Amino acid sequence: MLRIHCPYCQEARSEEEFSYAGEAHIRRPEDPEALSDREWGEYLHFRTNARGPHREMWVHVAGCRRYFNVLRDTVSYEILDVYPIGLPPDDTSGDRP
Amino acid sequence: MERYSLPRLLAHARRHHEDWQRAWRSPTPKDAYDTVIVGGGGHGLATAYYLAKEHGVTDVAVIERGYLGGGNTGRNTTIVRSNYLRDAATRLYDFALDLWRDLSRELNFNVMFSARGVLNLGHTLQDMRDIERRVGANRLNGVDGEVLTTAEVERLVPLMNCSPKARYPVLGASWQPRGGVARHDAVAWGYARAADALGVDLLQQTEVLGMRVDGGAVTGVETSRGFIAARRVACVVAGNSGVLAAMAGLRLPIESRPLQALVSEPLKPCLDPVVMSGAVHCYISQSAKGDLVIGAGTDGYNGYGQRGSFPVLEDAVGAVCELFPAFSRVRMNRHWGGIVDLCPDACPIIGPTPVRGLYFNCGWGTGGFKSTPGSGYVFADTVANERPHPLAAPFGLDRFASGALVDEHGAAAVAH
Ligand SMILES: Cc1cc2nc3c(=O)[nH]c(=O)nc-3n(C[C@H](O)[C@H](O)[C@H](O)COP(=O)(O)OP(=O)(O)OC[C@H]3O[C@@H](n4cnc5c(N)ncnc54)[C@H](O)[C@@H]3O)c2cc1C
Ligand SMILES: [Zn+2]
Repeated sequence: MLRIHCPYCQEARSEEEFSYAGEAHIRRPEDPEALSDREWGEYLHFRTNARGPHREMWVHVAGCRRYFNVLRDTVSYEILDVYPIGLPPDDTSGDRP
Repeated sequence: MERYSLPRLLAHARRHHEDWQRAWRSPTPKDAYDTVIVGGGGHGLATAYYLAKEHGVTDVAVIERGYLGGGNTGRNTTIVRSNYLRDAATRLYDFALDLWRDLSRELNFNVMFSARGVLNLGHTLQDMRDIERRVGANRLNGVDGEVLTTAEVERLVPLMNCSPKARYPVLGASWQPRGGVARHDAVAWGYARAADALGVDLLQQTEVLGMRVDGGAVTGVETSRGFIAARRVACVVAGNSGVLAAMAGLRLPIESRPLQALVSEPLKPCLDPVVMSGAVHCYISQSAKGDLVIGAGTDGYNGYGQRGSFPVLEDAVGAVCELFPAFSRVRMNRHWGGIVDLCPDACPIIGPTPVRGLYFNCGWGTGGFKSTPGSGYVFADTVANERPHPLAAPFGLDRFASGALVDEHGAAAVAH
Protein backbone atom coordinates (compact mmCIF):
# COMPACT_ATOMS: atom_id res chain seq x y z
CA MET A 1 0.00 0.00 0.00
CA LEU A 2 1.37 3.37 -1.03
CA ARG A 3 1.42 6.43 1.14
CA ILE A 4 1.37 9.43 -1.14
CA HIS A 5 2.31 12.93 -0.15
CA CYS A 6 -0.14 15.38 -1.70
CA PRO A 7 1.82 18.51 -2.66
CA TYR A 8 -1.26 20.67 -2.10
CA CYS A 9 -2.64 19.20 1.13
CA GLN A 10 0.94 18.77 2.37
CA GLU A 11 0.11 15.47 3.94
CA ALA A 12 0.99 11.82 3.31
CA ARG A 13 -2.23 9.85 2.87
CA SER A 14 -3.14 6.27 1.95
CA GLU A 15 -3.35 5.35 -1.74
CA GLU A 16 -7.09 4.75 -1.38
CA GLU A 17 -7.63 8.53 -1.31
CA PHE A 18 -5.98 8.89 -4.71
CA SER A 19 -6.62 7.87 -8.26
CA TYR A 20 -3.94 7.10 -10.82
CA ALA A 21 -4.15 9.19 -13.96
CA GLY A 22 -1.52 7.63 -16.23
CA GLU A 23 1.89 8.56 -17.55
CA ALA A 24 2.84 12.19 -16.97
CA HIS A 25 4.22 14.79 -19.39
CA ILE A 26 2.38 13.53 -22.46
CA ARG A 27 1.46 16.67 -24.38
CA ARG A 28 -1.62 16.75 -26.51
CA PRO A 29 -0.35 17.54 -30.04
CA GLU A 30 -0.82 21.20 -30.91
CA ASP A 31 -2.35 20.41 -34.27
CA PRO A 32 -3.95 16.94 -34.32
CA GLU A 33 -5.04 17.37 -37.94
CA ALA A 34 -1.41 17.56 -39.00
CA LEU A 35 -0.60 14.11 -37.59
CA SER A 36 -0.66 10.83 -39.46
CA ASP A 37 -2.94 8.07 -38.12
CA ARG A 38 0.14 6.32 -36.79
CA GLU A 39 1.34 9.40 -34.88
CA TRP A 40 -2.13 10.02 -33.45
CA GLY A 41 -2.39 6.36 -32.40
CA GLU A 42 0.98 6.64 -30.68
CA TYR A 43 -0.13 9.71 -28.79
CA LEU A 44 -3.34 7.98 -27.69
CA HIS A 45 -2.13 4.50 -26.82
CA PHE A 46 1.64 3.96 -26.73
CA ARG A 47 3.28 4.30 -23.33
CA THR A 48 6.75 4.06 -21.82
CA ASN A 49 5.59 1.49 -19.24
CA ALA A 50 8.93 1.94 -17.47
CA ARG A 51 10.32 -0.78 -15.26
CA GLY A 52 12.01 1.49 -12.71
CA PRO A 53 11.53 5.23 -12.20
CA HIS A 54 8.27 6.30 -13.84
CA ARG A 55 6.71 9.78 -14.09
CA GLU A 56 2.99 9.55 -13.57
CA MET A 57 -0.04 11.65 -12.63
CA TRP A 58 -2.23 11.16 -9.60
CA VAL A 59 -5.34 12.96 -8.46
CA HIS A 60 -6.31 13.41 -4.82
CA VAL A 61 -9.96 12.39 -5.38
CA ALA A 62 -10.92 12.06 -1.72
CA GLY A 63 -9.04 15.22 -0.74
CA CYS A 64 -8.32 18.43 -2.60
CA ARG A 65 -9.29 16.79 -5.95
CA ARG A 66 -6.25 18.26 -7.69
CA TYR A 67 -3.80 16.57 -10.06
CA PHE A 68 -0.07 16.35 -9.45
CA ASN A 69 3.01 14.50 -10.74
CA VAL A 70 4.82 11.68 -9.01
CA LEU A 71 8.16 10.07 -9.80
CA ARG A 72 7.83 6.51 -8.55
CA ASP A 73 9.94 3.39 -8.94
CA THR A 74 7.64 0.72 -10.39
CA VAL A 75 9.78 -2.10 -8.98
CA SER A 76 10.46 -0.95 -5.42
CA TYR A 77 7.34 1.28 -5.36
CA GLU A 78 9.40 3.99 -3.68
CA ILE A 79 8.11 7.49 -4.34
CA LEU A 80 11.12 9.52 -5.41
CA ASP A 81 9.52 12.89 -6.05
CA VAL A 82 6.16 14.67 -5.96
CA TYR A 83 5.55 17.96 -7.79
CA PRO A 84 2.62 20.04 -9.02
CA ILE A 85 1.12 19.67 -12.44
CA GLY A 86 2.66 22.05 -14.96
CA LEU A 87 6.24 21.79 -13.73
CA PRO A 88 8.57 20.19 -16.29
CA PRO A 89 10.16 16.88 -15.21
CA ASP A 90 13.67 18.34 -15.09
CA ASP A 91 12.75 21.33 -12.91
CA THR A 92 15.09 21.41 -9.95
CA SER A 93 14.36 24.90 -8.68
CA GLY A 94 13.20 23.43 -5.40
CA ASP A 95 10.40 25.96 -5.45
CA ARG A 96 7.69 23.38 -4.95
CA PRO A 97 4.73 23.72 -2.68
CA MET B 1 10.53 -39.31 -25.29
CA GLU B 2 9.01 -42.04 -23.22
CA ARG B 3 5.24 -42.05 -23.79
CA TYR B 4 3.12 -41.97 -20.66
CA SER B 5 0.59 -44.83 -20.55
CA LEU B 6 -0.92 -47.33 -18.18
CA PRO B 7 1.49 -50.13 -19.15
CA ARG B 8 4.45 -47.78 -18.62
CA LEU B 9 3.05 -46.73 -15.26
CA LEU B 10 2.76 -50.37 -14.18
CA ALA B 11 6.23 -51.18 -15.47
CA HIS B 12 7.71 -48.26 -13.51
CA ALA B 13 5.71 -49.17 -10.43
CA ARG B 14 7.51 -52.52 -10.40
CA ARG B 15 10.77 -50.59 -10.22
CA HIS B 16 9.46 -48.26 -7.48
CA HIS B 17 9.25 -45.33 -9.92
CA GLU B 18 12.98 -44.82 -9.63
CA ASP B 19 13.89 -44.68 -13.28
CA TRP B 20 11.47 -42.26 -14.95
CA GLN B 21 13.19 -40.36 -17.71
CA ARG B 22 13.46 -36.58 -17.23
CA ALA B 23 10.57 -34.78 -18.91
CA TRP B 24 12.93 -32.57 -20.95
CA ARG B 25 16.64 -31.98 -21.51
CA SER B 26 18.71 -29.10 -20.13
CA PRO B 27 20.80 -28.35 -23.22
CA THR B 28 23.69 -25.90 -23.44
CA PRO B 29 22.70 -23.01 -25.71
CA LYS B 30 23.87 -23.16 -29.30
CA ASP B 31 25.43 -20.03 -30.86
CA ALA B 32 22.55 -19.63 -33.28
CA TYR B 33 18.99 -20.77 -33.89
CA ASP B 34 16.55 -20.22 -36.70
CA THR B 35 13.96 -18.91 -34.25
CA VAL B 36 14.33 -17.78 -30.65
CA ILE B 37 11.26 -17.54 -28.44
CA VAL B 38 11.69 -15.28 -25.43
CA GLY B 39 9.53 -16.35 -22.47
CA GLY B 40 8.93 -19.87 -21.23
CA GLY B 41 5.35 -19.42 -20.12
CA GLY B 42 2.46 -21.39 -21.56
CA HIS B 43 2.18 -19.18 -24.63
CA GLY B 44 5.90 -19.31 -25.48
CA LEU B 45 6.09 -23.08 -24.97
CA ALA B 46 2.92 -23.66 -27.00
CA THR B 47 4.37 -21.48 -29.77
CA ALA B 48 7.52 -23.63 -29.78
CA TYR B 49 5.51 -26.84 -29.86
CA TYR B 50 3.31 -25.80 -32.79
CA LEU B 51 6.30 -24.34 -34.68
CA ALA B 52 7.96 -27.74 -34.49
CA LYS B 53 4.88 -29.87 -34.97
CA GLU B 54 2.81 -27.94 -37.51
CA HIS B 55 5.58 -26.17 -39.43
CA GLY B 56 8.62 -28.43 -39.07
CA VAL B 57 10.64 -25.54 -37.58
CA THR B 58 12.69 -27.37 -34.96
CA ASP B 59 15.81 -25.20 -34.81
CA VAL B 60 14.17 -23.28 -31.99
CA ALA B 61 15.19 -22.17 -28.50
CA VAL B 62 12.82 -21.02 -25.76
CA ILE B 63 14.71 -18.62 -23.50
CA GLU B 64 13.32 -18.28 -19.98
CA ARG B 65 14.95 -16.17 -17.30
CA GLY B 66 13.43 -18.12 -14.41
CA TYR B 67 11.78 -21.51 -14.56
CA LEU B 68 9.20 -22.75 -17.08
CA GLY B 69 5.71 -21.55 -16.21
CA GLY B 70 6.95 -19.37 -13.34
CA GLY B 71 5.33 -16.22 -14.74
CA ASN B 72 1.62 -15.59 -15.08
CA THR B 73 1.08 -19.12 -16.35
CA GLY B 74 1.83 -20.53 -12.91
CA ARG B 75 0.09 -17.68 -11.10
CA ASN B 76 -3.30 -17.57 -12.75
CA THR B 77 -6.71 -18.78 -11.63
CA THR B 78 -7.01 -21.02 -14.72
CA ILE B 79 -10.48 -20.03 -15.93
CA VAL B 80 -11.09 -21.20 -19.49
CA ARG B 81 -14.06 -19.87 -21.49
CA SER B 82 -14.78 -18.29 -24.85
CA ASN B 83 -17.94 -16.23 -24.27
CA TYR B 84 -16.47 -12.92 -25.41
CA LEU B 85 -18.53 -10.25 -27.16
CA ARG B 86 -16.84 -9.34 -30.45
CA ASP B 87 -16.67 -11.72 -33.40
CA ALA B 88 -12.88 -11.55 -33.79
CA ALA B 89 -12.20 -12.21 -30.11
CA THR B 90 -14.85 -14.90 -29.80
CA ARG B 91 -13.38 -16.78 -32.77
CA LEU B 92 -9.89 -16.65 -31.33
CA TYR B 93 -10.90 -17.78 -27.83
CA ASP B 94 -13.27 -20.43 -29.12
CA PHE B 95 -10.58 -21.85 -31.38
CA ALA B 96 -8.47 -22.22 -28.23
CA LEU B 97 -11.35 -23.80 -26.31
CA ASP B 98 -11.66 -26.48 -28.98
CA LEU B 99 -7.95 -27.27 -28.63
CA TRP B 100 -8.31 -27.57 -24.83
CA ARG B 101 -10.75 -30.42 -25.16
CA ASP B 102 -8.21 -32.77 -26.68
CA LEU B 103 -5.03 -31.25 -25.28
CA SER B 104 -4.12 -33.98 -22.78
CA ARG B 105 -4.15 -36.58 -25.55
CA GLU B 106 -2.35 -34.30 -27.99
CA LEU B 107 0.49 -33.69 -25.52
CA ASN B 108 0.39 -37.11 -23.84
CA PHE B 109 0.27 -35.16 -20.59
CA ASN B 110 -2.72 -34.73 -18.31
CA VAL B 111 -3.50 -31.00 -18.27
CA MET B 112 -6.60 -31.77 -16.17
CA PHE B 113 -8.93 -29.68 -18.29
CA SER B 114 -12.27 -29.87 -16.55
CA ALA B 115 -15.27 -28.48 -18.44
CA ARG B 116 -17.35 -27.78 -15.38
CA GLY B 117 -19.03 -24.69 -16.80
CA VAL B 118 -18.58 -20.98 -16.15
CA LEU B 119 -21.16 -18.63 -14.62
CA ASN B 120 -20.94 -14.87 -15.07
CA LEU B 121 -23.33 -13.34 -12.57
CA GLY B 122 -25.57 -10.36 -13.15
CA HIS B 123 -26.46 -8.13 -10.18
CA THR B 124 -28.19 -5.21 -11.86
CA LEU B 125 -30.69 -4.79 -14.66
CA GLN B 126 -27.92 -3.41 -16.86
CA ASP B 127 -25.79 -6.48 -16.07
CA MET B 128 -28.64 -8.70 -17.23
CA ARG B 129 -29.10 -6.72 -20.45
CA ASP B 130 -25.38 -7.00 -21.16
CA ILE B 131 -25.51 -10.73 -20.44
CA GLU B 132 -28.38 -11.24 -22.85
CA ARG B 133 -26.56 -9.29 -25.50
CA ARG B 134 -23.34 -11.25 -24.98
CA VAL B 135 -25.04 -14.66 -24.94
CA GLY B 136 -26.93 -13.67 -28.09
CA ALA B 137 -23.66 -12.68 -29.78
CA ASN B 138 -22.08 -15.95 -28.63
CA ARG B 139 -24.84 -18.04 -30.14
CA LEU B 140 -24.61 -16.20 -33.44
CA ASN B 141 -20.95 -17.21 -33.43
CA GLY B 142 -21.81 -20.83 -32.68
CA VAL B 143 -20.55 -20.58 -29.09
CA ASP B 144 -22.57 -22.31 -26.38
CA GLY B 145 -24.31 -20.01 -23.92
CA GLU B 146 -27.48 -19.64 -21.91
CA VAL B 147 -29.05 -16.98 -19.74
CA LEU B 148 -29.95 -18.48 -16.37
CA THR B 149 -32.46 -17.25 -13.79
CA THR B 150 -31.62 -16.82 -10.13
CA ALA B 151 -33.30 -20.15 -9.31
CA GLU B 152 -31.23 -21.95 -11.93
CA VAL B 153 -28.05 -20.36 -10.58
CA GLU B 154 -28.98 -21.42 -7.07
CA ARG B 155 -29.47 -25.00 -8.23
CA LEU B 156 -25.96 -25.05 -9.71
CA VAL B 157 -24.32 -23.36 -6.72
CA PRO B 158 -26.31 -24.10 -3.56
CA LEU B 159 -23.77 -22.40 -1.31
CA MET B 160 -24.19 -19.04 -2.98
CA ASN B 161 -26.28 -16.38 -1.31
CA CYS B 162 -29.08 -15.92 -3.86
CA SER B 163 -31.42 -14.14 -1.46
CA PRO B 164 -33.19 -11.07 -2.86
CA LYS B 165 -32.10 -9.36 0.35
CA ALA B 166 -28.40 -9.64 -0.49
CA ARG B 167 -26.65 -6.32 -0.84
CA TYR B 168 -26.12 -6.95 -4.56
CA PRO B 169 -28.73 -9.63 -5.29
CA VAL B 170 -27.99 -12.22 -7.97
CA LEU B 171 -30.50 -11.55 -10.76
CA GLY B 172 -29.24 -14.25 -13.08
CA ALA B 173 -26.14 -15.28 -14.98
CA SER B 174 -24.66 -16.29 -18.29
CA TRP B 175 -23.70 -19.95 -18.42
CA GLN B 176 -21.08 -21.48 -20.69
CA PRO B 177 -21.06 -25.24 -20.11
CA ARG B 178 -17.94 -25.87 -22.25
CA GLY B 179 -15.86 -23.54 -20.07
CA GLY B 180 -13.96 -24.70 -17.01
CA VAL B 181 -10.51 -24.87 -15.50
CA ALA B 182 -7.21 -26.65 -16.18
CA ARG B 183 -4.04 -27.35 -14.26
CA HIS B 184 -1.76 -24.39 -15.06
CA ASP B 185 1.62 -26.02 -14.37
CA ALA B 186 0.66 -29.10 -16.33
CA VAL B 187 -0.06 -26.94 -19.36
CA ALA B 188 3.45 -25.46 -19.25
CA TRP B 189 5.04 -28.84 -18.55
CA GLY B 190 3.02 -30.67 -21.19
CA TYR B 191 3.96 -28.21 -23.92
CA ALA B 192 7.57 -28.12 -22.70
CA ARG B 193 7.94 -31.89 -22.78
CA ALA B 194 6.27 -32.22 -26.17
CA ALA B 195 8.35 -29.37 -27.67
CA ASP B 196 11.57 -30.83 -26.26
CA ALA B 197 10.71 -34.20 -27.80
CA LEU B 198 10.49 -32.50 -31.21
CA GLY B 199 13.97 -31.00 -30.78
CA VAL B 200 13.28 -27.58 -29.26
CA ASP B 201 15.96 -26.40 -26.79
CA LEU B 202 14.47 -25.12 -23.52
CA LEU B 203 16.97 -22.74 -21.92
CA GLN B 204 15.95 -21.95 -18.36
CA GLN B 205 17.79 -19.56 -16.03
CA THR B 206 18.74 -17.55 -19.11
CA GLU B 207 17.71 -13.92 -19.24
CA VAL B 208 17.44 -11.86 -22.38
CA LEU B 209 19.28 -8.60 -21.64
CA GLY B 210 19.34 -6.95 -25.03
CA MET B 211 18.45 -7.29 -28.66
CA ARG B 212 20.67 -6.86 -31.69
CA VAL B 213 19.04 -5.04 -34.57
CA ASP B 214 20.98 -4.48 -37.77
CA GLY B 215 19.61 -2.46 -40.67
CA GLY B 216 16.07 -2.66 -39.36
CA ALA B 217 16.20 -6.44 -38.88
CA VAL B 218 16.72 -8.43 -35.71
CA THR B 219 19.85 -10.60 -35.67
CA GLY B 220 19.74 -12.14 -32.22
CA VAL B 221 19.54 -11.61 -28.48
CA GLU B 222 22.09 -10.82 -25.80
CA THR B 223 21.52 -13.14 -22.87
CA SER B 224 23.00 -13.78 -19.45
CA ARG B 225 24.74 -16.76 -21.14
CA GLY B 226 26.10 -14.83 -24.10
CA PHE B 227 24.87 -13.75 -27.51
CA ILE B 228 22.49 -16.06 -29.35
CA ALA B 229 21.96 -15.32 -33.03
CA ALA B 230 18.54 -15.82 -34.59
CA ARG B 231 16.80 -15.01 -37.84
CA ARG B 232 13.49 -14.55 -36.02
CA VAL B 233 12.81 -13.51 -32.44
CA ALA B 234 9.35 -14.05 -30.98
CA CYS B 235 8.66 -12.35 -27.64
CA VAL B 236 6.00 -13.85 -25.37
CA VAL B 237 6.86 -12.23 -22.06
CA ALA B 238 3.50 -10.92 -20.78
CA GLY B 239 4.14 -8.16 -18.20
CA ASN B 240 7.70 -7.64 -19.41
CA SER B 241 6.72 -6.91 -23.01
CA GLY B 242 7.49 -3.20 -22.61
CA VAL B 243 10.98 -4.03 -21.37
CA LEU B 244 11.69 -6.34 -24.32
CA ALA B 245 10.23 -3.84 -26.79
CA ALA B 246 12.48 -1.10 -25.42
CA MET B 247 15.51 -3.34 -26.09
CA ALA B 248 14.60 -3.13 -29.78
CA GLY B 249 13.89 0.60 -29.57
CA LEU B 250 10.11 0.14 -29.71
CA ARG B 251 7.19 1.17 -27.55
CA LEU B 252 3.94 -0.77 -27.17
CA PRO B 253 0.38 0.22 -26.22
CA ILE B 254 0.76 -1.86 -23.07
CA GLU B 255 0.94 -1.11 -19.38
CA SER B 256 2.04 -3.58 -16.73
CA ARG B 257 0.25 -4.00 -13.44
CA PRO B 258 0.03 -6.61 -10.71
CA LEU B 259 -2.99 -8.92 -10.59
CA GLN B 260 -3.51 -10.93 -7.42
CA ALA B 261 -4.93 -14.30 -6.48
CA LEU B 262 -5.14 -16.47 -3.40
CA VAL B 263 -5.95 -20.07 -2.49
CA SER B 264 -7.52 -21.52 0.63
CA GLU B 265 -6.88 -24.67 2.57
CA PRO B 266 -8.34 -27.73 0.78
CA LEU B 267 -12.04 -28.35 1.41
CA LYS B 268 -14.42 -31.19 0.55
CA PRO B 269 -16.09 -30.61 -2.86
CA CYS B 270 -18.51 -27.71 -2.40
CA LEU B 271 -18.30 -25.52 -5.51
CA ASP B 272 -18.73 -27.17 -8.88
CA PRO B 273 -18.81 -24.52 -11.63
CA VAL B 274 -16.58 -21.49 -11.96
CA VAL B 275 -18.30 -18.37 -10.60
CA MET B 276 -17.38 -14.90 -11.84
CA SER B 277 -18.93 -11.60 -10.96
CA GLY B 278 -17.99 -8.37 -12.64
CA ALA B 279 -20.21 -6.21 -10.45
CA VAL B 280 -18.95 -7.24 -7.02
CA HIS B 281 -15.67 -8.20 -8.67
CA CYS B 282 -14.44 -11.63 -7.80
CA TYR B 283 -13.98 -14.98 -9.48
CA ILE B 284 -13.78 -18.25 -7.69
CA SER B 285 -13.55 -21.96 -8.38
CA GLN B 286 -12.58 -25.07 -6.47
CA SER B 287 -9.51 -26.90 -7.70
CA ALA B 288 -9.28 -30.67 -8.07
CA LYS B 289 -7.21 -30.61 -4.87
CA GLY B 290 -10.09 -28.97 -3.02
CA ASP B 291 -8.71 -25.50 -2.44
CA LEU B 292 -10.76 -22.46 -3.33
CA VAL B 293 -8.98 -20.45 -6.01
CA ILE B 294 -9.90 -16.78 -5.76
CA GLY B 295 -8.94 -13.98 -8.09
CA ALA B 296 -8.80 -10.27 -7.28
CA GLY B 297 -8.47 -7.21 -9.51
CA THR B 298 -5.53 -5.41 -11.03
CA ASP B 299 -3.85 -2.58 -9.18
CA GLY B 300 -4.97 0.90 -10.12
CA TYR B 301 -1.44 1.89 -11.16
CA ASN B 302 1.56 0.47 -13.06
CA GLY B 303 3.91 -1.83 -11.21
CA TYR B 304 6.37 -4.64 -11.70
CA GLY B 305 6.47 -5.86 -8.09
CA GLN B 306 4.97 -9.34 -8.07
CA ARG B 307 2.71 -8.47 -5.18
CA GLY B 308 -0.37 -6.34 -5.29
CA SER B 309 -1.96 -3.50 -3.45
CA PHE B 310 -3.79 -4.50 -0.27
CA PRO B 311 -7.10 -2.64 -0.83
CA VAL B 312 -7.59 -4.60 -4.07
CA LEU B 313 -7.23 -7.89 -2.26
CA GLU B 314 -9.56 -6.73 0.49
CA ASP B 315 -12.25 -5.91 -2.10
CA ALA B 316 -12.05 -9.38 -3.64
CA VAL B 317 -12.25 -11.16 -0.31
CA GLY B 318 -15.17 -8.94 0.73
CA ALA B 319 -17.02 -9.86 -2.47
CA VAL B 320 -16.43 -13.59 -1.94
CA CYS B 321 -17.73 -13.43 1.63
CA GLU B 322 -20.79 -11.54 0.43
CA LEU B 323 -21.56 -14.16 -2.23
CA PHE B 324 -20.59 -17.16 -0.11
CA PRO B 325 -21.15 -16.36 3.55
CA ALA B 326 -19.98 -19.89 4.44
CA PHE B 327 -16.51 -19.14 3.07
CA SER B 328 -15.89 -16.37 5.58
CA ARG B 329 -14.47 -18.99 7.95
CA VAL B 330 -12.15 -20.61 5.43
CA ARG B 331 -8.44 -20.06 5.99
CA MET B 332 -6.30 -18.84 3.13
CA ASN B 333 -3.06 -20.69 2.42
CA ARG B 334 -1.20 -18.57 -0.09
CA HIS B 335 -1.49 -15.26 -1.88
CA TRP B 336 0.57 -13.86 -4.76
CA GLY B 337 0.63 -11.50 -7.71
CA GLY B 338 1.57 -11.70 -11.36
CA ILE B 339 2.38 -8.83 -13.73
CA VAL B 340 -0.25 -8.56 -16.42
CA ASP B 341 0.17 -6.77 -19.72
CA LEU B 342 -2.89 -4.56 -20.18
CA CYS B 343 -3.85 -3.41 -23.64
CA PRO B 344 -6.22 -0.44 -24.27
CA ASP B 345 -8.93 -2.64 -25.83
CA ALA B 346 -8.46 -5.64 -23.48
CA CYS B 347 -7.38 -7.75 -26.45
CA PRO B 348 -4.00 -9.26 -27.32
CA ILE B 349 -1.38 -8.03 -29.76
CA ILE B 350 -0.17 -10.85 -32.03
CA GLY B 351 2.08 -10.27 -34.97
CA PRO B 352 5.05 -8.55 -36.57
CA THR B 353 6.64 -5.28 -35.42
CA PRO B 354 8.38 -2.48 -37.33
CA VAL B 355 11.65 -4.43 -36.77
CA ARG B 356 11.98 -7.19 -39.37
CA GLY B 357 12.04 -10.70 -37.89
CA LEU B 358 10.80 -9.46 -34.51
CA TYR B 359 7.36 -10.65 -33.42
CA PHE B 360 5.32 -10.00 -30.31
CA ASN B 361 2.51 -11.95 -28.71
CA CYS B 362 1.36 -9.98 -25.69
CA GLY B 363 -1.41 -7.87 -24.23
CA TRP B 364 -3.36 -10.89 -22.98
CA GLY B 365 -3.55 -9.06 -19.70
CA THR B 366 -5.75 -10.64 -17.09
CA GLY B 367 -7.18 -13.36 -19.33
CA GLY B 368 -4.66 -15.16 -21.49
CA PHE B 369 -4.43 -18.56 -19.85
CA LYS B 370 -7.62 -19.71 -21.54
CA SER B 371 -6.12 -18.99 -24.92
CA THR B 372 -2.76 -20.70 -24.36
CA PRO B 373 -3.25 -23.44 -27.01
CA GLY B 374 -4.89 -21.12 -29.53
CA SER B 375 -2.38 -18.33 -28.99
CA GLY B 376 0.55 -20.70 -29.48
CA TYR B 377 -1.07 -22.16 -32.58
CA VAL B 378 -1.80 -18.90 -34.38
CA PHE B 379 1.47 -17.28 -33.28
CA ALA B 380 3.54 -20.22 -34.55
CA ASP B 381 1.70 -19.97 -37.87
CA THR B 382 2.29 -16.21 -37.95
CA VAL B 383 6.02 -16.54 -37.28
CA ALA B 384 6.56 -19.53 -39.58
CA ASN B 385 4.81 -17.92 -42.54
CA GLU B 386 5.86 -14.36 -41.71
CA ARG B 387 2.29 -13.07 -42.06
CA PRO B 388 -0.58 -13.02 -39.54
CA HIS B 389 -2.70 -16.17 -39.15
CA PRO B 390 -6.27 -15.27 -40.23
CA LEU B 391 -7.53 -15.53 -36.63
CA ALA B 392 -4.69 -13.26 -35.47
CA ALA B 393 -5.05 -10.71 -38.26
CA PRO B 394 -7.47 -8.40 -36.38
CA PHE B 395 -5.00 -8.30 -33.47
CA GLY B 396 -1.99 -6.67 -35.12
CA LEU B 397 -0.18 -3.58 -33.85
CA ASP B 398 -1.53 -1.71 -36.88
CA ARG B 399 -4.97 -1.49 -35.24
CA PHE B 400 -3.69 1.31 -33.03
CA ALA B 401 -3.14 3.41 -36.15
CA SER B 402 -6.27 2.38 -38.03
CA GLY B 403 -8.47 2.68 -34.94
CA ALA B 404 -9.98 -0.79 -35.46
CA LEU B 405 -9.78 -1.70 -31.79
CA VAL B 406 -11.59 -4.84 -30.61
CA ASP B 407 -13.19 -3.55 -27.43
CA GLU B 408 -13.57 -6.44 -25.02
CA HIS B 409 -13.70 -4.49 -21.77
CA GLY B 410 -17.23 -5.74 -21.19
CA ALA B 411 -16.56 -9.45 -21.52
CA ALA B 412 -13.08 -9.25 -20.06
CA ALA B 413 -13.82 -6.75 -17.32
CA VAL B 414 -13.57 -9.16 -14.42
CA ALA B 415 -9.92 -9.93 -14.23
CA HIS B 416 -9.67 -13.67 -14.84
C1 LIG C 1 -3.50 -13.65 -10.62
C2 LIG C 1 -3.78 -13.94 -12.07
C3 LIG C 1 -4.95 -14.60 -12.42
C4 LIG C 1 -5.24 -14.88 -13.74
N1 LIG C 1 -6.35 -15.60 -14.03
C5 LIG C 1 -6.61 -15.98 -15.30
C6 LIG C 1 -7.72 -16.84 -15.59
O1 LIG C 1 -8.47 -17.25 -14.69
N2 LIG C 1 -7.97 -17.18 -16.88
C7 LIG C 1 -7.17 -16.73 -17.90
O2 LIG C 1 -7.45 -17.04 -19.04
N3 LIG C 1 -6.07 -15.95 -17.65
C8 LIG C 1 -5.77 -15.57 -16.38
N4 LIG C 1 -4.67 -14.79 -16.10
C9 LIG C 1 -3.84 -14.31 -17.21
C10 LIG C 1 -2.86 -15.39 -17.68
O3 LIG C 1 -2.15 -15.88 -16.58
C11 LIG C 1 -1.86 -14.83 -18.68
O4 LIG C 1 -2.51 -14.08 -19.70
C12 LIG C 1 -1.09 -15.96 -19.38
O5 LIG C 1 -0.73 -16.96 -18.47
C13 LIG C 1 0.13 -15.39 -20.03
O6 LIG C 1 0.96 -16.44 -20.44
P1 LIG C 1 2.36 -16.11 -21.08
O7 LIG C 1 2.99 -17.41 -21.41
O8 LIG C 1 2.16 -15.13 -22.18
O9 LIG C 1 3.14 -15.31 -19.94
P2 LIG C 1 3.97 -15.81 -18.66
O10 LIG C 1 3.46 -17.11 -18.15
O11 LIG C 1 4.03 -14.67 -17.72
O12 LIG C 1 5.38 -16.11 -19.30
C14 LIG C 1 6.28 -15.08 -19.66
C15 LIG C 1 7.66 -15.57 -19.29
O13 LIG C 1 8.62 -14.67 -19.81
C16 LIG C 1 9.72 -14.67 -18.94
N5 LIG C 1 10.55 -13.48 -19.18
C17 LIG C 1 10.23 -12.18 -18.95
N6 LIG C 1 11.26 -11.37 -19.27
C18 LIG C 1 12.25 -12.18 -19.74
C19 LIG C 1 13.57 -11.94 -20.23
N7 LIG C 1 14.07 -10.70 -20.30
N8 LIG C 1 14.31 -13.01 -20.62
C20 LIG C 1 13.82 -14.27 -20.55
N9 LIG C 1 12.58 -14.55 -20.10
C21 LIG C 1 11.80 -13.52 -19.69
C22 LIG C 1 9.09 -14.70 -17.57
O14 LIG C 1 9.99 -15.17 -16.59
C23 LIG C 1 7.90 -15.62 -17.78
O15 LIG C 1 8.13 -16.95 -17.39
C24 LIG C 1 -4.35 -14.47 -14.77
C25 LIG C 1 -3.16 -13.81 -14.43
C26 LIG C 1 -2.86 -13.56 -13.09
C27 LIG C 1 -1.58 -12.87 -12.74
ZN1 LIG D 1 -4.61 16.94 -1.78
